[in-house]
Amino acid sequence: MAKKKNLPENPADGFTRRGFLGSVSAGAVVAAAGVTSRAEAVPEITDPEAMVPAALRINGQLHRLLVEPRWTLLFVLRERLGITGTKAGCERGECGSCTVLIEDKPRYACLTLALEAEGKEITTVEGLLDGEQLGEVQQAFADHDAYQCGYCTPGQIVAAEGLLRINPNPSEAEIRVGMSGNLCRCGAYQHIIHAVSHAGEGRKKGGGS
Amino acid sequence: MTERHDYHIDGAVPETPENEAEGGAWKKTAVVGTRQAKVDAYERVSGAAVFPHDVTLPDMLHGAILRCPYAHAKVLSIDTAAAEKMPGVRAVITGRSPGAGMPWYERRGEFFGKLFGETCRHEGEEVAAVAAETPLQAVDAIRAIRVEYEELPFVVDDENALADGAPEIHEGGNMVGEPRVRERGDIAAGFAAADVVVEGTYRTECQIHAPMEPHGSVARWEGKRLTVWDSTQGVFSVQGTLAKSFNLPMSSVRVIGHYMGGGFGAKLETGKYTVMAAILAKMTARPVKIFLPREDCFTSTGNRPANTMTVKIGAKKDGSLTAIEYTSLGSCGAYPSGAGSSTLAAYLYKCDNMRTTDTTVHTNAGKARPMRAPGFPQGAWALEQAMDELAGKLEINPLRFRLMNIATTLQRGEGRPFTSNELAACLEKGAEAFGWADAYQRQPVSGHVKRGVGLAACFWGYSGGPPSTVVVKLHSDGSANLNMGASDLGTGTKTWAAMIVSEELGVSLDKIQVEHADTATTQFATSSGGSKTVPSDSPAVLAAARSVKDQLLGFAAEQLEVPLDDLRLEDMMILSATDPEKKLQVTEVEMLSRRGLLLGTGYRDPNPEDAATFPFAAQFCEVEVNMWTGEITIPRFLGAHDSGRVLNRLTYDNQVFGGMAMGIGLGVTEERVLDRQTGKMVNANLHDYKVPTILDVADDHVCHPIDKPDNNFNSTGTKGLGEPATIPTAAAVANAVANALGVRVTDAPLTPKTILRFLDEQGKEA
Repeated sequence: MAKKKNLPENPADGFTRRGFLGSVSAGAVVAAAGVTSRAEAVPEITDPEAMVPAALRINGQLHRLLVEPRWTLLFVLRERLGITGTKAGCERGECGSCTVLIEDKPRYACLTLALEAEGKEITTVEGLLDGEQLGEVQQAFADHDAYQCGYCTPGQIVAAEGLLRINPNPSEAEIRVGMSGNLCRCGAYQHIIHAVSHAGEGRKKGGGS
Repeated sequence: MTERHDYHIDGAVPETPENEAEGGAWKKTAVVGTRQAKVDAYERVSGAAVFPHDVTLPDMLHGAILRCPYAHAKVLSIDTAAAEKMPGVRAVITGRSPGAGMPWYERRGEFFGKLFGETCRHEGEEVAAVAAETPLQAVDAIRAIRVEYEELPFVVDDENALADGAPEIHEGGNMVGEPRVRERGDIAAGFAAADVVVEGTYRTECQIHAPMEPHGSVARWEGKRLTVWDSTQGVFSVQGTLAKSFNLPMSSVRVIGHYMGGGFGAKLETGKYTVMAAILAKMTARPVKIFLPREDCFTSTGNRPANTMTVKIGAKKDGSLTAIEYTSLGSCGAYPSGAGSSTLAAYLYKCDNMRTTDTTVHTNAGKARPMRAPGFPQGAWALEQAMDELAGKLEINPLRFRLMNIATTLQRGEGRPFTSNELAACLEKGAEAFGWADAYQRQPVSGHVKRGVGLAACFWGYSGGPPSTVVVKLHSDGSANLNMGASDLGTGTKTWAAMIVSEELGVSLDKIQVEHADTATTQFATSSGGSKTVPSDSPAVLAAARSVKDQLLGFAAEQLEVPLDDLRLEDMMILSATDPEKKLQVTEVEMLSRRGLLLGTGYRDPNPEDAATFPFAAQFCEVEVNMWTGEITIPRFLGAHDSGRVLNRLTYDNQVFGGMAMGIGLGVTEERVLDRQTGKMVNANLHDYKVPTILDVADDHVCHPIDKPDNNFNSTGTKGLGEPATIPTAAAVANAVANALGVRVTDAPLTPKTILRFLDEQGKEA
């Protein structure tokens, strides 16, 4: 069957970070190769019929949908479910804009296949709201102006939330390490440290989300 | 097609309508100058803000762009047949498609390229574009396009580009125009009169803007009307380019840019991707979204050019400068743009004899775009290190040496006074707050970690000005809308604008909504860049608010039957100076309820003639250098800034710290690496290209505003801040490293590799 042919012979190999990235980032290379000897090596796209059912629990809500195995959690969040608070910055695990919590741990949604996140609790920046009210970390970011353009901010806030869940009272050095996977080109780092310290103090006192 | 993306309006001085309302500078303020969280904080921290990258429209297609993989190549043929047949593919365009052959990269009326390159002059130049049902189908389809290229000889090195026999990037050689020379006095006489002369060569590497939101647009046609959501710094600039590109009246082109994820200059000019999205949308009669992969944002959406600079400065024993000679070589990449760096050297310090030369060359690399203070951080890197060298030879404290040589006028022509110049205050008060005197005397830490301190000074060479038009609407319930065209890049534009309205009218910030950056619904403003949004637009906001206030008090005077000048507005109450009984709530003004709305329009007044306006700054830092590993850490950084009046202290601080972070990038971590074998960028990703992380910036940042309103310049007394915040940073680090090591490292970035190389060379010399 055609469908079967599209899947890697050993599915495990097909879904490693390396293999996956190779398939996504090879655009320019393959295009170049298209000129010469590897013209026939144009990759086949996954047959839409090869889509598989997935059930993702996001911010407490269960979403059932069909996904291609190559779809990242980031792609599903933004392009399939319209949950766009999680941002796409590099789509190769370098900038942290897409940080979400999976079972309380910060994860890059661009390096997480949607299927890998099945059955786990996924939290995006929207999930930190209490109704319409800002969560504790969100409020601290707002109060301390811990952002400029706001594009990396959802990822920063989720990373801070993840840090505070395992370490509610981080030192400044621990905040720096905990937040070092999230780039902010506007350079709001000093204010991010203020915000995370402040949110940590609030949590220590037993307040917050 | 492309517009000039300079910060300046070319040609005639912009016409500025007169404001109806009068009113001098604020004597005291209640809201302006305080620390205010941004008025759109909720949207930006909750995930509610819809950035252009988040826009999804019904029936929308996704685009992708095929780019040339070579540094220099001719496109011989493009076969799109296979791509067109792929699932979900709805349109494929190349330069040969109808309407897609338009010229691009204009300079002085001449075009240097095309929307789709026939000759591709850098890695990443656009060759074809696709629209498909899903983003992945679009990416799949561009991989299936077969292109036959003829590879051409290339040159990616600035100096080699000028060598005999270098591959020509455009006909007529690789020099971009004639070298730009600035000159005053007689430098030969100046050097002859010098007691001490220093001379050195300095180098900065190419820096990439790397805003966190990639470049991109969504385009939708409704008949002949085009609407574009664009991640841009200037919606009106994009509107103008699209109108020209599609031969449409400007009124038929709407560009929306409410939120945008950073620009730093890269998003001043209209992107090819925007035009491609619009062409694909027209062909398919469906909305099309194109956002670029990060790699393309490295190769093809601008950069701060690398510069090689020589500085020669002469001084008398008393410390007065006698001559400055400065040369700069930089590459604007494959298409015309600026790569000069000499302005600081020409005007920062008082010196009667000066000559600067900027040479700009083409190379087979992505085109430069203005990046946060174009040319100035590079110029500071060279000039401010040379000044420290000279101070060392003269045995004068570098702080005092600068204070002795501050230019008191703009040394151009007969000399023009500054509307304000607080550089001395930046240096003195900054030094005091930093503890410079003690820190500079302190002995370096013994052992393999050396400590040093450094400082650098600057001005920024653009002030802003008209045109700007702003509308303030006061509603019958006492709430207000503010309508302005400026983009808010995250600097807090909407917030200071609301603060000014609140200051004048007493409306609380939570009752003010700001509409902005939409060509269909907001008023014309120039692009947000060059640190000009505050000084250009804040006076127009003030004038609009004052117009509303004048009308309100006029109606109240009639209603209360008192003379107009007897009334004042305080906390939403209108009060009589002479009769305490005569008072009204704003909402009790009958004419406000009857009209439903009071509308005030404000314009930016012209800049003063015969005077120059620059923001000034001095930054100070302490570094520790590990002699074994070459690693630098920065325990503290202090910025003392003269940007006129501080409107919002919270966002002001943030701007200064952010500028320092970007400056640390230029000075310590960032470097575009082009492979000389292939001409390709080898670190076109955020892992190998080192944007500073939270671990790379200083442990402690201090912002020390001088906060002296420049009332000679504009009605709010404001000057710009975004650019000066990053200009002296790298130079201050370099001076601190030299202070720590006793060896001057003249090449940026100060990576462990560079530091160890210089230490090694010094060891060999010794």
